[in-house]
Parts: sequence; structure tokens; C-alpha cells
Amino acid sequence: MRFEARVDITHLPGILDPQGATVERSLPALGYDNVSEVRVGKSIRLVVEASDEAAARAQVDEMCRRLLANPVIEAYEIDLSELSST
Amino acid sequence: MSARVGVVLFPGTNCEHDVAWAIEHMGGSSELLWHGERDLHGVDAVVVPGGFAHGDYLRTGAIARFSPVMESVATFASAGGPVVGICNGFQVLTEAGLLPGALQKNAGLKFLCETVECRVETTTTVLTNQADAGAVLRLPINHFEGNYVCDPATLERLRADERIVARYVTNPNGSLDSIAGVCNDGRNVVGLMPHPERASDALVGSTDGAVLLRSLLAAAAGALPSRQLGQKVGA
Repeated sequence: MRFEARVDITHLPGILDPQGATVERSLPALGYDNVSEVRVGKSIRLVVEASDEAAARAQVDEMCRRLLANPVIEAYEIDLSELSST
Repeated sequence: MSARVGVVLFPGTNCEHDVAWAIEHMGGSSELLWHGERDLHGVDAVVVPGGFAHGDYLRTGAIARFSPVMESVATFASAGGPVVGICNGFQVLTEAGLLPGALQKNAGLKFLCETVECRVETTTTVLTNQADAGAVLRLPINHFEGNYVCDPATLERLRADERIVARYVTNPNGSLDSIAGVCNDGRNVVGLMPHPERASDALVGSTDGAVLLRSLLAAAAGALPSRQLGQKVGA
């Protein structure tokens, strides 16, 4: 089975996000003065082949811990969807 | 015989010759260590120099930590061997888990290229054993990701164990507690954002980095009792 994984990586709560802070400061200049808590992160897409969804999720989770995210400063979320086999 | 210092070379490293030159200028000898090889060639100390290892893709140092040479560097470090990461090398050592914390984008989102003042906070490390505690050194910084962060418990431990090796006199990048460098528990692994090798000859404007490289050579030569390298902590 083939699964598309979408990994969303953001700064951990409490860790300063310099890019988010800069974007947040720039938005009022465009008239958006009601915006807060801007966070800039990364989005990584990949396709894995695995026997089932649990196996795919476990493997992507391991990739996140070992390489895709830095657990010291980043949190990640994994969204998996099965790709049709046609 | 002079101490031999291995200088790790990843694709994208760009300070290896500066470090090698400065080490030799101080009386040591140097050897480049290609990242794809595991053999450290019996060197007495290892420097992971600055640059953009593996293009710094994903995160600074994230890919470099998986290079074969890093396994040997970790083994060397765990046996007490002196290991110093400068700038990108500091980032690589945090990604590799040899040093705590992480380095992220500068608070002002600017690449910084300037000379800053750094205060030596402890002299019981492989990089500061010849320096005076409290000495203020003028050293160049040259980084986009020099903003040191760690969780509050780690910061508490770094402070209590005197593992903050150097602080910026004026914080240029938003680093937590103005941290410019930290060391591991054994005090034989040190990471520093400023470049001592670029301040080792009067021709380039400062010789303040020389004392740090001399410290590394002293540690590499085994001239220091291990106690001086930090059994102070927890002893």
C-alpha cells in the first residue's frame, strides 16, 4: 500500500520563532491589525510504501524524530492518506 | 611532537583551511578528515569547522550529523577526546546530540558578519584552559543561525555546571542568556559560534582567538590533568 504523508513542522510552544515574529510585525502595515500568534514552519510531503497505515505512520514518525524535525526546538504533525493503487 | 588536529571536511564546509592554517600558526599540525571516511587517522583533537555542511538543507547540521565521520567523532568524544565545533560545526554537534540545545535563525532575521566581544565564562574546557576567566575577546561572527535555544531545565543545568563557555557582551542574535558557546558534561566537547581561527593573526584585525586555539592544542597534547578539564563538576 502507498501512503502520502504530509508532515507539518512548527516551533515548540515557548521557543521563539524569529520568522513568525517578523511576519506578525509586518501584517499591521498592510492593515491586518487583528493578527497574533503567527508561526512559520515547514511542510514536507513524501510517499511511503507500507503494509498498513500503522506501519507507515510508525516509519514516518521515526523519520521525524531522527531527521525531519529537531525535537529540541520543533514539534511535528503527520497527516497520512492512502493513495489509490490504480 | 606537536599535537595533531583533525579538521572535518563536509561538502559545503568553507573554513577548514583557515582552521588548519591557524592551528599550524600556533605550532600544531593539522589534517583534513573527509566526512565520508570513518578513520580519524589517530589525531589528538578534532575541529568541526564552519561553512554550510551538505548545504545546510532541512536545518543547519541536520544532514551532516549522519556523515560516517561523525560516528567516529562521537566515539572519540565519548572517550574524552577534545572536540570543538565552530559556527556550523557547533550546529552539527548540537544536531548530533554531542552538545545540548539547538541554534536557530537570528532574532533579527539578518545574516550577521561582524566582530563582537565575547566573555570567557569558564576556563575548565578544552577550548578555554589557557584563557583567563572573565577575559573579553574580540572575535568575528558570521552566521544566520546563531540564536542558541534550549529548554529551561537544560539552561538551568548549563548554568549550575558552569557549562556556558562564553557569552556575548552585547547579544547580537537573540541567543538565550547571550550564549556564544557551551560544552558537554565532560567539558571535552565545546561549541562556539564566533570564529577564533579568524582572529589568530594581527593582519586580520585581532589575535584574541589565539588563546582558544592554544588551549585546544594544550588539551590535544594531553598537557592538562583531566581534573583541569572539569572533574570539578560533580566531583
